[in-house]
Amino acid sequence: MTSYLIRRISFIILTLFLASIIIFSVTQLLPGDVAGIILGQFATEQALINLREELGLNRPLHVQYLDWAGSFIRGDWGNSLTSRLPVRPMVMQRLGNSAMLAGLALLIYVPLGIFVGVIAALKRDKWPDQLISGISMAFVGLPEFVSGLLLITFLAIGTGWFPANSSIDVDSTFSEALPYLILPAITVSLTGLGYIARMTRSGTIDVLRTDYVRAADLKGLPARQVLIKHVLRNSLLPTVTVVAMGIGWLLGGLIVTEAVYGYPGLGRLIVYGIQRQDLPIIQASSMIVVGIFSLSNLSADILYGFLNPRIRVGE
Amino acid sequence: MPNKVLDARNITVTYKTEKGPLDTVRNVTLQICSGEVYGLVGESGSGKSTLARAIVRYLPENGFLKSGEIYLGDTNLLSLSRAEMRQVWGGRITMVHQDPNAAINPSIMIGEQIAEVARTHLKLSKQEARDKALEMLNKVRMADPEEVAKRYAHQLSGGMLQRVLIAIAMATNPELLIMDEPTTALDVTTEAVILDMIGDLMCEYNTAVLYITHNLGVVARVCNRVGVLYAGEIMEEGSISQVFKNKLHPYTRGLLGCVPRVDVNKKDISLKAIPGYIPQPDQLPSGCVFAPRCELVEPACRETQPLLNEIESGHLSACRRYEILKNYGEVIADTRQVQDEQEYGDLILEARNIKKYFPVSGGRSLFNKSRRVEVKAVDDISVRMRRSSTMGIVGESGCGKTTFARCIMGLEEATAGEIELEGELLPYAVAKRSWEILRKMQMVFQNPDASLNPQHPAGEAVARPLVLLRNLNKKAVRERVKELFEAVNLPEDFIDRLPHELSGGEKQRVAIARAFAADPVLMVCDEPISSLDVSVQASLMNLLVDLQESKGTSYLFISHDLSAVRHLSDWIAVVYLGRLWEIGSAEDVFIPPYHPYTEALLSAIPIPDPDIKQESIRLKGSVPSAMRIPSGCRFHTRCPRKIGEICEKKEPPWQDIGKYHQICCHIPQEELINLQGDGLIKKVQNTRGDIV
Repeated sequence: MTSYLIRRISFIILTLFLASIIIFSVTQLLPGDVAGIILGQFATEQALINLREELGLNRPLHVQYLDWAGSFIRGDWGNSLTSRLPVRPMVMQRLGNSAMLAGLALLIYVPLGIFVGVIAALKRDKWPDQLISGISMAFVGLPEFVSGLLLITFLAIGTGWFPANSSIDVDSTFSEALPYLILPAITVSLTGLGYIARMTRSGTIDVLRTDYVRAADLKGLPARQVLIKHVLRNSLLPTVTVVAMGIGWLLGGLIVTEAVYGYPGLGRLIVYGIQRQDLPIIQASSMIVVGIFSLSNLSADILYGFLNPRIRVGE
Repeated sequence: MPNKVLDARNITVTYKTEKGPLDTVRNVTLQICSGEVYGLVGESGSGKSTLARAIVRYLPENGFLKSGEIYLGDTNLLSLSRAEMRQVWGGRITMVHQDPNAAINPSIMIGEQIAEVARTHLKLSKQEARDKALEMLNKVRMADPEEVAKRYAHQLSGGMLQRVLIAIAMATNPELLIMDEPTTALDVTTEAVILDMIGDLMCEYNTAVLYITHNLGVVARVCNRVGVLYAGEIMEEGSISQVFKNKLHPYTRGLLGCVPRVDVNKKDISLKAIPGYIPQPDQLPSGCVFAPRCELVEPACRETQPLLNEIESGHLSACRRYEILKNYGEVIADTRQVQDEQEYGDLILEARNIKKYFPVSGGRSLFNKSRRVEVKAVDDISVRMRRSSTMGIVGESGCGKTTFARCIMGLEEATAGEIELEGELLPYAVAKRSWEILRKMQMVFQNPDASLNPQHPAGEAVARPLVLLRNLNKKAVRERVKELFEAVNLPEDFIDRLPHELSGGEKQRVAIARAFAADPVLMVCDEPISSLDVSVQASLMNLLVDLQESKGTSYLFISHDLSAVRHLSDWIAVVYLGRLWEIGSAEDVFIPPYHPYTEALLSAIPIPDPDIKQESIRLKGSVPSAMRIPSGCRFHTRCPRKIGEICEKKEPPWQDIGKYHQICCHIPQEELINLQGDGLIKKVQNTRGDIV
C-alpha cells in the first residue's frame, strides 16, 4: 500500500510538472507580452524595454520558467497584473468559495442520485425506471446555461424565492453565502445527479443479477438486509469513485455555472484572468485546478481500494 | 418408516417468452424422505435447475408454476406469501449453488455470512451466532476456522468456498437441502473430498437432499435414489442400484454409454453417443419426448405420450418398451475391432526441458530487480510424441498443463527449452514460425464461443486456414470445406450459419474442422469437450478417434477429466506444479505402481457404477502457489504416501518401470506395488468380468 501511494504521488508530481510546462508555454503564446499588458497600448518603446529589463522578460525562456516554477513552489505566486494584489490569497479565497458550492452540491446530488438510481434498478424496465432514466438523461444533456437560466426565471424572478444573482462578497462566510448558493448548487446538481443515478442504476443491476444476491435471498434474510448489506455494499463501489472524481470538476470546472450566476468561484477567476490577460492569475489558478483533479483522482482510487476487500486485503 | 419431507406433485413450470408460453418442466412428481439423497440428473436444458427453483418458489420473473402442489412436511408452500417464504428459505430449505466463487459475497467476511443465517433463523445473539459460524466451519472440516471466519471470499480456494456454502446451508439444520451441481466447478481431487464430506454430513444430519448434477459418477457415489430428467420430464426413477443396474429407459442407457470407462479405451470400444440433441421446449415432439433420439422407437412411441409407470417396487420408467430392455444385458458400448498392434510411429514432436516463468507484476521494484518474484508455471517438462498417437496431459487446474500446450503452439514464448517438430527446431514465438510450421500444428480451444468469430459464418472459419496456409483457390476451398463439414458430421447447410445459430457441440465440431483444414501433423486440444454435455462429449470423442485413424494426426489432449483422457490417449503424462511426475502408455499408467499423485487422481474419478468401491485416497488442501514451490519433492505437502524427510529435502529420481513407463518418486517401485496392491483398475475389471 505504501509503495502504491509513493508511486501514485510521484506520478502526480510528474503530472504537475508537465502541466506547469504546458501552462507556462501557453501563457507565452498569448498575444502581446507582459510589459505591453501592464503599460497599455499607448506605452513608449523605451518604457517597454525598461520594464522588460526590470521583469526579466529578456532572459531565455527556460530561465524564466525555472524562475516562475521556483517561486510558485515557494508560495510566491506573484501579483496580479491588473489589480497589483498578491495572487495567492486571491486564488485561495476563490477556492474556498468553490468548495462551499461544491460541498452543498454534493450534499444535494449524491444522496438523491443514489436513491433514485437504486429505485430505478429495483424497478428495472418498469415505469419508475423509465421515468428516472429519461429525466436523468435529459439533465445530463442539458447545458448549464440553459438549466441555470430556467431556474433563475422560475425560482428567482418568477417567485422571488431565491436571489437571481449570486455575486456575493469574495470573503463571505458559508452562512452568509448560503441563500446565494442554492440555485447554483441545484444547477450543478442536475448534471451530477444524472451521472450518479445512472452509475448507481447500472452498478446495482449488475449486483442484483449475481449469484451471491440470489444466495442471500435464499438464505431467507429480510429483503431490506439483502438490499443494504449484500447489494449496496458492492454496487455503490463504482459510484463512490465517480463522486470522488466529481470533486475535481466541482472545484475547477464550473466555469459556465459560475458565470451564469456571477458567483465568485475559481472558475470565474480563470475567466477573469483570461479576459484581462492577467498571466499570474491564469497560471496559478490553472495549476491549482490540475492539482485538484490529480488529488481527487487519487482519493477516488484510494477510497475504492479501501472499500473493496479484494484490494484492501491481498491474497 | 421415514417421513416424507418434500412432496412435490405434478409440477409444470411455464416461461413467458417471445415465442409464447413454454412449459420447460412438465408434470414432474418428486418425493424425498428425510435422510435420503435424491439425485436429479440430466443434460443441460433438461430443466433440472428450473425444477429446483420452482420447488423453492424462486423462479425468474417470466416463469411461473402452471400447476402442481408442493408440500414441505405439512406446509403447503404454494399457500405461503413471499414474506413467509423468506422464513422457509435458509431455515427449512437451504441451497448450495454451483459456482462457489460467485455465490459468496465478495465484501463480507466469511464468518459473518454464516452468522447472519444463524441470527435470522435461529434467533441467536451476535456472539452465539459467531460461535455457531465457527462450529459449522469445524463441521465442514475447515482447517483453522477462527482464521477463515475473518477472511474474504477472494482469499479462499474454490474447494474451501464450497465448504463455506455447505456450512451456511447446514447451519440451520434444514429439512431439505438442495444442491445444484455443487462440485462441477471443482477439480476432481477437490470434488472427491467434498463428496466424502457431504456423505458424512448426511449421516450426521437427517436432512433430505435434492442433489442436482449432470455427472452420473457423482450420483452413484453420493445418492440413494435417482431421477433422470429429460426435456422437462422424468424418464426413469428408482434406487441407485435399480437404475444403474437395470436401466429401464433407453435414455438412461444412452447416458451411461456416453461415459468413457477407466478400464478400456478407444482401441476396445467406441462410445455410444446418443444421436441428435435435446429438443427445445418449443419444438417438443408429439408422443414420447425421447422418441426422435431413441434406438428402440416404434411408431406407437411417436403417437402417445408414455406414462411414468412403476415397474418394480420404487422403480419407475417412462418407456413403453421397457420389457425389451430387461433382456438387453449389460453391454452398453460398441466393442471395436482391435487392429493389429501396430508399431509405434516415428517421432514427430520432441519438447525438451520446457520452462515458462511469468514475472509477477507489482512484485518487482524499480530499483531492485534481483528481488523479482516469478511464477514457475511450467518448470522443466519434456515430452516426445509419435505419429498418429495421442498424448494425454492430466493434472489439477493450475498445474501448468495449458501453459505447456501454449508454449508448444508458440502462443506463449517459452522461457527455456527446445521444441522440435519433425526434426526441425522451432522458434518460441508463433510470430517467428514459418507458415509451414503453423500449418503442421493446430489447436482446438476449450470454449468454442470465444474461438469462433461471431460475425463470420462457420464455413468461413474453416476456409481461412485453407486459404492462408494451403494456398488453395476458391473452388478448391469450397470443395474442401464441404468435405471437412462432412468429416465432422455437420450438414452442408451449416456452412453458412453464424456461430450463434449453432449449439455448443456443433461449434466445437466447426473448430475441429478448422483445425483439420490445415491438414496438421499435431493437434493440441485444450479441454475441447469439458464444457459440453455427456452425450455431446461422447460423439466428439468418437469423432476425434475416427479422424485420427483416417488422417494420422497426433493429438496432445489436455483435460482434467481422467476418464476422457484414458479413453482417448495412447500415452499419458501426469503434471503437478509445472513438472512431470509420471509418464507412460495409458494402460501402464492406469495400473500400479502409480505415482502417489496419479493414484489420488485415479481414486477421485467418480465412476458411474455403484458396485465399485474405490479406494479413497484424498489429497489435503489445494495446489500450492507456483510462486512458492515446496522444496524437495514438490508434491510432499499433499502426498498421502510421504515417507519422510527425504521427500522434503531431495528432488525425487526418475524410476523406469518397464519399457514405456516412468515415475518420479522416492518410494521404490517394489514398495509402491506393495502399497497399492491390485490397484483401482484391477478391481474394476473384477466387477465387470464381462468385458476384456
